[in-house]
Amino acid sequence: MSDKITIEIDGRSCEAAAGEMIIAVADREGIPIPRFCYHPKLSVAANCRMCLVEAEQNGRPFPKPVPACATPVGTGLKVWTRSAKALDAQRSTMEFLLINHPLDCPICDQGGECELQDVAVGYGGDVSRYSEAKRVVVDEDLGALIATCMTRCIHCTRCVRFIAEIAGTRELGATGRSDHMRIGTFVATGIAHELSGNIIDLCPVGALTAKPSQFKARAWELTAHDSIAPHDAVGAKIQLHVRRGQVIRVHPRCDEAINENWLADRERFSYEGLTSVARLTHPRLKRDGVWHDVSWDVALQQVAAVFNTVPGDDLGVLLSPQSTLEELYLAQRLFRAHGCPNIDSRLRQQDFRGDAVDVVPWLGLPIADLEQQTAVLVIGSDLRQEQPLLAHRLRKAALHGATIALVNPYQVNLTHPNHQFVAAPQQLLTELAAIAAALGGRGAGEIANLIAQATPTDAHQTVANALKTAGESQHGRILLGALAAADPNYVAFKALAYLIAEVSGCGVGYLPPAANSVGVYFAGALPHVTAGNQPAATVGLNTAAMLSNPRRAYFLWGFEPDNDLIDPTAARKALNAAEFVVIGTAFTSPALEAVADVLLPIAAYAETAGTLVNAAGTWQRFQGAVAPPGEARPGWKVLRVLGNAFNCDGFNYQSAKDVHDELLTNCGECELTTAPQGEYSPLVTRPDPIELTRIGAVPIYAVDSLVRHADSLQQTPLAIPFQAGLHPDEARRRGLNTGDQVRIQQGDAVMTTTVVIDTTVAIGTIRIPAGIIDSEQLGAQIGAVSFSRV
Amino acid sequence: MSFRTAPPAQLYTGDKQALFTAELRTAIENEIAKYPAERKQSAVMASLTLVQDANGGCLTIALMDQVAAYLDMPPIAVYEVASFYGMYDLEPVGRHKVCVCNSISCLLNGSDELLTHIEHKYGVAAGGTTSDGKVTFKEFECLGACKDAPVVLIDKTYHERLTPAALDQLIDELD
Repeated sequence: MSDKITIEIDGRSCEAAAGEMIIAVADREGIPIPRFCYHPKLSVAANCRMCLVEAEQNGRPFPKPVPACATPVGTGLKVWTRSAKALDAQRSTMEFLLINHPLDCPICDQGGECELQDVAVGYGGDVSRYSEAKRVVVDEDLGALIATCMTRCIHCTRCVRFIAEIAGTRELGATGRSDHMRIGTFVATGIAHELSGNIIDLCPVGALTAKPSQFKARAWELTAHDSIAPHDAVGAKIQLHVRRGQVIRVHPRCDEAINENWLADRERFSYEGLTSVARLTHPRLKRDGVWHDVSWDVALQQVAAVFNTVPGDDLGVLLSPQSTLEELYLAQRLFRAHGCPNIDSRLRQQDFRGDAVDVVPWLGLPIADLEQQTAVLVIGSDLRQEQPLLAHRLRKAALHGATIALVNPYQVNLTHPNHQFVAAPQQLLTELAAIAAALGGRGAGEIANLIAQATPTDAHQTVANALKTAGESQHGRILLGALAAADPNYVAFKALAYLIAEVSGCGVGYLPPAANSVGVYFAGALPHVTAGNQPAATVGLNTAAMLSNPRRAYFLWGFEPDNDLIDPTAARKALNAAEFVVIGTAFTSPALEAVADVLLPIAAYAETAGTLVNAAGTWQRFQGAVAPPGEARPGWKVLRVLGNAFNCDGFNYQSAKDVHDELLTNCGECELTTAPQGEYSPLVTRPDPIELTRIGAVPIYAVDSLVRHADSLQQTPLAIPFQAGLHPDEARRRGLNTGDQVRIQQGDAVMTTTVVIDTTVAIGTIRIPAGIIDSEQLGAQIGAVSFSRV
Repeated sequence: MSFRTAPPAQLYTGDKQALFTAELRTAIENEIAKYPAERKQSAVMASLTLVQDANGGCLTIALMDQVAAYLDMPPIAVYEVASFYGMYDLEPVGRHKVCVCNSISCLLNGSDELLTHIEHKYGVAAGGTTSDGKVTFKEFECLGACKDAPVVLIDKTYHERLTPAALDQLIDELD
């Protein structure tokens, strides 16, 4: 963009870069040009012809109106967007587009916010001269999220280009010719992509609309409330569209630094869970094994009364890393004041040996900078499932030539060039050691042994070289994901990650799994960290210790132990053995009722004010948009009242902002760093020779209660059932086929399931998802299992 | 439609030697050789023609998928080509194809009479196949032989300046 030129649009002198399209310059200058097919994030198609303008260059007029989206600017260019010739061309195009468009605006979901309506009013004629028959197009079945009415389609191909260029799967196309042309998959396969919902926003007409909110409201009845997406650590900016106290739909807000103008389906459609019948609407108390709806006063007094009789040390406090900063801060303040240091929010981690040297597990750089990386090594992450939008940033980097390498217990599905090293968890460390060895790293202790034994192949060398080159220009990253965090040898993964980073010059970052995984450090909701990311005076028990050494009483906040804890069987055992279990939750279930003694109904994300800290460490505050159902109350209010019931000082906050401000003062100038405060010196856990290692990734639509209760998301192909994926060689060795029933034994836990032959699974592992129905019958996400045929 | 960031290829990981017959693979390879190696999907039209001829004149989804696999293309890109051009048939056809040009020069010189004649004499409209499975009639966009309009393409041969009687005779001569 060095050589700037000056062009003239509608008599106004505009600065432009040579080669830019006219429409991009006009958009920057605020000069309106109508368009349907043009989108700044997509390639130029120039097939709607709506942006025709009159132009001349160096005094020579272009013979015909030119499309502003596909005409690059040059010196001496003059453009008229509103001349008689331009207006005539625009009006004619509009007339053509409307020939086959049905006049069904009154029953169309897009009505009132339709680009076609707006542009027709602004640039079209007022009478149609077309009296012949209009064409009718059979609708496509694009799955549970996207409703189609293909007769309305004007063939702008934005959806086709989005799926090809951004999603990278090329599932949609324009088949047929002329008036037989239609947009679709041709073979009715539907679209299975985690970003598919964006084509609803892109569609300028009502051909693609949101199925879950179909026919629920008209655009002008909705009020928009700004909020922050609650399911991953991107913290995408969203807008909740509300009618009569109910969230009707969710749209993205554009922020180039965070989510650009995209939104993952998980964030877009999870609002459905807000109105689930499983919502908890009353405080409930179990007396002699029978549940009673009670008032808040009774419930909270009971909680305070029982907790006052239990010494702080005998308490266990587990908080969801999805809770707001305010809730996390108040909960830990409350229980620390009560003398209980056993507070944790890392629910899907089993190896806590690195606590003493850990830094805040954040991305290590601004989200948008991921695109500028030239080599990235991802350790233990099913990228697209865990981090849809971060995966999109990495895809952009890959398409610009970056080397993306992944070390995973199974082959992950990506839509860009990549190097994958797939092996069972124990061998993954060997793979990493090979990369470290290729870089000339030595390490210490057990890591040094691993590296000494490693034999780097050409593939390891290629990745090592790319990391080295990227490290030299400060554009290399090592990223640790949720599958690494769930591993019993997480510390070893971290040690190797930091070693590779050191010898290659790359930075280390983490892919935080939940919306507030970074925030828990600021809030101090950890056994070894207190508010403001300060070391705790008394280090309490971590999640694993709290469950393996059962406490007398537990306080659980914002999650379901059967689905959100790494080892549901151990959790159930500990909770069943406890005298008193209090669960603050937005949803109830028979499993919760079985283990709890008190259930406190708390507000879900659209119903409370709060703050989330995203992967890049950005604090984002949001307000509640709708009232929680029944007696449910925002979590921070519940904790404030509970604080007063406990006679804690200073629990007189008037608003969530008071809590936020107090915490912010506590945090002061908390700088996020990436270098650990010491050496990880792991003893690699080597269990007895094991038959198979279970790999329990959490499917994309099972990450939290809200998503699990969003019906439409559960009907998509990405919501996978409980099954056991086996590599063909493993299956052959055991004489198993797809469809066979097997009995899985993990520790004391036993569960029967169906075998699926899957070439993406590593030899020596069995892939059984976590976080979904039936997975609660098993143990830790990653751990030894044995099985037998039923 | 051009794509900004989509990888041009969708690499097929299966065994390409298991696709088609050896004869057909050789013929397709001859077409692929006409283009630079990284542009081998340019051979899609020729490949579809070869595959269609080998399959008795029509394509199926499965065959198009195989063409896509062979040329390392996304299947939808092949469907787009096959459904765009008139010379590909996606439904079963008769033993012969009779394609009547309907574009301007032929229309002015009586191609509509030919079409009306066909409909009355053989009892099928354009796009249909005679009940004995002998002939599929098609109405075709410009065949590019305007100077001798009206033009009819029968299988692979152009027949020019046709009258209904001359067309009948040609059809009678088909087996």
